[in-house]
Amino acid sequence: MDVLSDLVFDYTLRTVALGSAALGIVSGALGAFAVLRRQALLGDAMSHAALPGVALAFLITGSRAPLVLMIGAALTGWLAAVAIVGVVRASRVKTDTAMALMLSVFFGAGLVVLTFIQRQPAAGKAGLDKFLFGQAAAMLESDVITMASVGAVGLLGVLVLWKEFKLLSFDPDFAATLGMPTRRLDVLLTSLLVIAIVVGLKTVGVVLMSAMVVAPGAAARQWTNRLGVMVTLSALLGAAAGVLGALVSTAAETSTGPTIVLVATAFVVASLLFAPARGLVWARLRGWRSQRLLALEAVMADLAALAAQHSTDATRPHDVAALHALRGRAIVESALSELAADGLAQRHVSGGWSLTPRGLAEADRLARLRRAPDDV
Amino acid sequence: MSAAQVDVLLVALVVAAACAIPGAFLILRGMAMMSDAISHTVLLGIVLAFFIVADLNSPILILGAALVGLLTVALVEAVSRTGLVREDTAIGLVFPALFSIAVILISSLAGNVHLDSDAVLLGEIAFAPFNRFAPGGVDLGPIALWVMGAILIVNLSCTALFFKELKLTTFDPALAAALGFSPALVHYGLMGVVSVTAVGAFDAVGSILVVALMIGPPATARLLTDRLPHMLGLGVLIGAAAAAGGYWLARLLDANIAGSMATVVGIAFVLVLLLAPHRGLVATARRQRRQRWTFARQMLLIHLATHEGTPSEADESRPDHMQRHMRWPAAFANRVVQTATERDLITLENDQLRLTPQGRVEARTAALR
Repeated sequence: MDVLSDLVFDYTLRTVALGSAALGIVSGALGAFAVLRRQALLGDAMSHAALPGVALAFLITGSRAPLVLMIGAALTGWLAAVAIVGVVRASRVKTDTAMALMLSVFFGAGLVVLTFIQRQPAAGKAGLDKFLFGQAAAMLESDVITMASVGAVGLLGVLVLWKEFKLLSFDPDFAATLGMPTRRLDVLLTSLLVIAIVVGLKTVGVVLMSAMVVAPGAAARQWTNRLGVMVTLSALLGAAAGVLGALVSTAAETSTGPTIVLVATAFVVASLLFAPARGLVWARLRGWRSQRLLALEAVMADLAALAAQHSTDATRPHDVAALHALRGRAIVESALSELAADGLAQRHVSGGWSLTPRGLAEADRLARLRRAPDDV
Repeated sequence: MSAAQVDVLLVALVVAAACAIPGAFLILRGMAMMSDAISHTVLLGIVLAFFIVADLNSPILILGAALVGLLTVALVEAVSRTGLVREDTAIGLVFPALFSIAVILISSLAGNVHLDSDAVLLGEIAFAPFNRFAPGGVDLGPIALWVMGAILIVNLSCTALFFKELKLTTFDPALAAALGFSPALVHYGLMGVVSVTAVGAFDAVGSILVVALMIGPPATARLLTDRLPHMLGLGVLIGAAAAAGGYWLARLLDANIAGSMATVVGIAFVLVLLLAPHRGLVATARRQRRQRWTFARQMLLIHLATHEGTPSEADESRPDHMQRHMRWPAAFANRVVQTATERDLITLENDQLRLTPQGRVEARTAALR
């Protein structure tokens, strides 16, 4: 309970939690679109490309105000996205190559600018290196307000153009036939992605921010097929990962960014495994269940076929060794005992098996069902 | 140049050459972003191997890094094979997670070891000359040079030995599989080479510059050629030139060497994109401009030839008629008439455009084509 009371009363912890929540909501909601639009790696490229922007903004203005650095980061991140699209359109270079190229070149240029900053008198340069991996503990209340305000602009953009972005994400061709300015919408939505990235730079850092854009969206996608639900859930998961990660990193004294990313990754893994309908665990269980049902039906059909060869006495016992050879001993034995428990098959004193009269009727019904499913 | 500077330059050249070779295949296979993923996750391999051997200079570290590189590839494939997320999302999930684990593990070691995540990302090639390879007290140069030299030789010989397999699986994986080559085996082999190169190079130049040197030079070479051997050779040359240029820029600006090299890689790419013969943007723009004028001139000649000797000729051959007929702006129409006159294809007499014999021939060939 200490953590909870600290959360309310401790200034640092409360600031960190609020900031991480704001970051998670914004990157989760906007990242959901990035996941749907296959821009997961574009987010990575843009977040690396934010480094020269941060450094330049600081070098030019001499200010460490979060808004100034965010604007710088957004400008170069956005420029990288434009450069990627431009290079792909103008040459034979493919998207993945253009992304890797711009990512590393922008980042390299950022390093060059950073060396200029490091040469300046030490005052005020501190804090910039934290942009690589983030440092939630250094967050101030004013930072949180800035993050929340910038993020709110992004969220507002999504709300206002909800219908357009929805169509653009799922069927851009249809959007174009409706006369929507798809090119401009595309640029706008990608620009909003920049907002999602710069909001988290201070907490998570440029290197790992892409994960905060991808992970909540990928996790949320597993739980629903509705965009509204997905975006909301993604925002909530992002916020939860942010707060939880920030708290754990403060308690365990680990770097904030990586910790938040690992929490978000844990959400993804849990979603991939356990989300209803799409979860891998349920899919495996469904697979087993249908395998078992198929085995039951097959054994019943085999027994019915044996019975048909002896028309005088349909419930005459049969040696099941042949079935063992055909389908595997373990499968046949478990299917037989299950059929017996349901009163569909019976074991005779001789050790042989046969269907019960009810089992015969069921086998007959299933056989007809398989032959002509439409008639039933 | 001092001896240390020569050492730095040598290391940079070898790193650039070693990176360009696997990078070319990554680009052609559409997997350039895997270089980004692997160059981050090798850090985890280094940290884990370090926990086992407790020696930062042990070759086991390279082995561990290569294994984690392969693990990255396998995990990405496993996640995307579930069909629940797309491949790009899978990459975007896997490598930040592995990298985060590595960063947290490193910070738990903080202070005890000279291994921190900033250094891994940014690299510091300037320190390369201080770490000498001196078996038995004989100084044989920087360790980084030996390590990267060995990796360069491995990359060269793998490419030479398996060139046919690499080429085939890159350009036609289905045919390769049908012929009995295993695309999966080649794929993992290539990824192993990428991992080893990344881990060898990160020490010198940092993981992000590994991406710049793997992707930038071969991508630039790709703009210049359609032949794989040329692309490999040009990639190595461009990489080496960018490394040398970057080092020079870094000394000029007194800036971070790795960052300067990446910047020069970017500048080289943009220059080639603009200025490449035939396919460069400038050449393309000029060609399109020229074609626009040629086409307009041919239209003029064909128009005149069509109406030559018909009753409407007097009307159709007036210069100002072209503006209306072809919907050309006045300045454009005048320019077309002027260039055609200069080439002796038409003459202008009494406000009438007439074809010269030469112009008649050209009109016919243009119309036939």
